[in-house]
Amino acid sequence: MIRFSHVSKQYARGGPALEDVSFHLNRGEFAFLTGPSGAGKSTILKLVYVMERPTAGEVRVDGRSSVTLNRHEIPALRRRLGVVFQDFMLLQDRTAEQNVAFALEVTGAPASAIGPKVARALTQVGLAAKTTAMPHELSGGEQQRVAIARALVNDPLVLLADEPTGNLDVRASRSVFQLLREINASGTAVLMATHDLDLVRANDFRTIEMNRGRLVFDSAVPTDAVSMRDVTPDDTDAAGVSS
Amino acid sequence: MNLAVREAMRAFKRAPVLSALSVTTIAFSLFAFGLFGLVALNLRAALQQVEERVEIRGFIADGTAPEATSAAVGDIQAFPEVASVTLVTPAEALERARRELGEFEGVFEAGILPASIEVRLREGQRDPETVRVVARRMQGYDFIDDVRYGEEWVEKLYRIRNIATASTLALGLTFALVAVIIIGSTIRMAVLARTEEIHIMRLVGATDSFIRAPFLLEGFLKGALGGLLALLLTWLAYQVVGQYFTQAAYFDPFVAGVGVMVGALIGLTGSAVSVGRHLRQV
Repeated sequence: MIRFSHVSKQYARGGPALEDVSFHLNRGEFAFLTGPSGAGKSTILKLVYVMERPTAGEVRVDGRSSVTLNRHEIPALRRRLGVVFQDFMLLQDRTAEQNVAFALEVTGAPASAIGPKVARALTQVGLAAKTTAMPHELSGGEQQRVAIARALVNDPLVLLADEPTGNLDVRASRSVFQLLREINASGTAVLMATHDLDLVRANDFRTIEMNRGRLVFDSAVPTDAVSMRDVTPDDTDAAGVSS
Repeated sequence: MNLAVREAMRAFKRAPVLSALSVTTIAFSLFAFGLFGLVALNLRAALQQVEERVEIRGFIADGTAPEATSAAVGDIQAFPEVASVTLVTPAEALERARRELGEFEGVFEAGILPASIEVRLREGQRDPETVRVVARRMQGYDFIDDVRYGEEWVEKLYRIRNIATASTLALGLTFALVAVIIIGSTIRMAVLARTEEIHIMRLVGATDSFIRAPFLLEGFLKGALGGLLALLLTWLAYQVVGQYFTQAAYFDPFVAGVGVMVGALIGLTGSAVSVGRHLRQV
């Protein structure tokens, strides 16, 4: 469903962010994307939701190729994806349900369908009782749940989560992670970027490890199939992830 | 469309101070332009009045047959540059002189002033060259002794008119450009204040035209409101000038309407440019 083939990304003023990255994520799969800051995790997610385009190689998402995808096709593709961020990215002047409904309104969904879908998504994330709360009235964990509900409301194929627990305390982190597991169990693929190594170690999910823009480890691929060139032992320690 | 209207209204409600600031900035930019417009309008009207006084007078020799004079009047009236021709008899000339120069009333005796043909030119045909050509053509009649048209005065007037037109154009364009830049920056600030919202809209799959619509509507409304406020301010300024200084002309309703629409269009264009640039960047 998501396939990276020899993808490189070079920023005009920041040097290479990704170099020759190849992997694929199947429907319904759960994968951690790990690595230290600047390893290229967020860039991978941005390439999936087409906020960036690769400099070389090809990214295929739900059968659409980054090589042939034109600008006008991007919104339709994004409606098949759900995206969650560390800083929640909620509209501060709208209630929880208005934030979730917004994702449906922009797609031109009929008004009669919006209410039930929003209620279902908020119930799924455990916020049925806080639909009219403003973001500032919610805890960090609750705000992240609203963001997850917004990401889910269009029934996405995959949920892309960029450090979703990064701003949360341990308890809220575990709770949000449990929610992501449940979402995955109901059939939605999840690609979660994180540098919370305890979380990664404690859960037996596929792990894709990045370092300095290169994919250095993929637990779904035999170790010798992943190039370890240009990675020093220190770098590997710094990334420090094993399945 | 309903959603675009709702989002535009929400933007006004969410940041009332910023919105009011935008409208006020637009209003004052257009007010400066409007004041200049009023000055230009009144200057043009004043020059127009003076220009209308440009006339060519041909003095008719004594003893000329009235038929010849009438035929000449008909001929001159047919010149394409000519608006009107009046035959002034010696009696009429005397009466006019006595009226206009009352203190010298006694100086003028009957028969002292000759008959003349007074020619007024059409609008746009009062430049020194045209005046000279018509005067020369009139001199072609052998019963016309002399032709006067205040050569120096016409040339000076025409030079003043040209300078006024050029300054009006240059200053008008400068004022308009300044207004566009200020309004554009104001709207760009409003767009930048909503960067995150635009980002979220894109993430959830909003099309560019969907994202643009509320901003365009907002820019249009701010421009129109700014235009109305500017119109009110220029009207107040016009009232003050009328009360304390001199009677002046004001914009007719059509020009006033066009002014408000120009404000709305600048707001719309400023928004379109700012959002377009922003959408290309993120």
